[in-house]
Amino acid sequence: MKVSGGAGETRLELQSDPHAVRRGLATLAKAPAFAALDEDLRSAAEIVLAEVLNNIVEHAYAGTTGVIELKLSPRAGTLCCDVRDFGVALPDGRVPGALLPAGDADGPPEGGFGWYLIHSLASDLRYRRRGGCNHLRFTLDPDRQRR
Amino acid sequence: MNLLSSLRGNALIVTVTENRIDAAGAIAFKEAMRTVAEVPSARVLLDLSHVAFLDSSGLGAVVAVMKLLGPERPLELAGLTPTVEKVFRLTRMDTVFRIWPRVSDGIQAAC
Repeated sequence: MKVSGGAGETRLELQSDPHAVRRGLATLAKAPAFAALDEDLRSAAEIVLAEVLNNIVEHAYAGTTGVIELKLSPRAGTLCCDVRDFGVALPDGRVPGALLPAGDADGPPEGGFGWYLIHSLASDLRYRRRGGCNHLRFTLDPDRQRR
Repeated sequence: MNLLSSLRGNALIVTVTENRIDAAGAIAFKEAMRTVAEVPSARVLLDLSHVAFLDSSGLGAVVAVMKLLGPERPLELAGLTPTVEKVFRLTRMDTVFRIWPRVSDGIQAAC
């Protein structure tokens, strides 16, 4: 794991592994880009980044190893997030929908909450696939949390 | 995953002593719950007051434990910290579980 960046910007490079994601999130929680956020936005950022990174580990790299590059930039009270990986593209080349997963006769769902949480907490979600690279950008905005 | 458990009244109180239930620990949590729940009780009260963070995998594991216990043995939750509460609220899983503000509230209901 590599951490760099100045002037409030934080860059982090990590391996696609659930334990590396856990360590990466712990590192980010102490980074300058996080320190500037209020508690509500910080918890939203931690949830969204965890879901985005876990999706990359589970689906883009799907058990293989690869690198994930993260750049966080605080901007006017918001946090701009930029995430790149070099795994498999998102299905249909676009961000999955925002539907809450439905349960069945056996009870409530046990999965499928990830993208729902990302859509609920992040704004301006943009995805681009270019040259073998998945590039996801989004903003964590305090106004989005007041709902 | 380390869990502390004790019987109080009709409830098995299970305290998660680690500060997160995430993708790296969800399976271990589920397996540890399966083991501690072998002690019979009318209901299980899961103390989440030490858990500062739970992601969708952790949420899925809590739901899986609820199903594992079956409809006759409810899984109740207590002591949700702000981020954990947010995940339950946004996914509407707060309507699926009985949630107590503090563990002591859930214990009192057992007596």
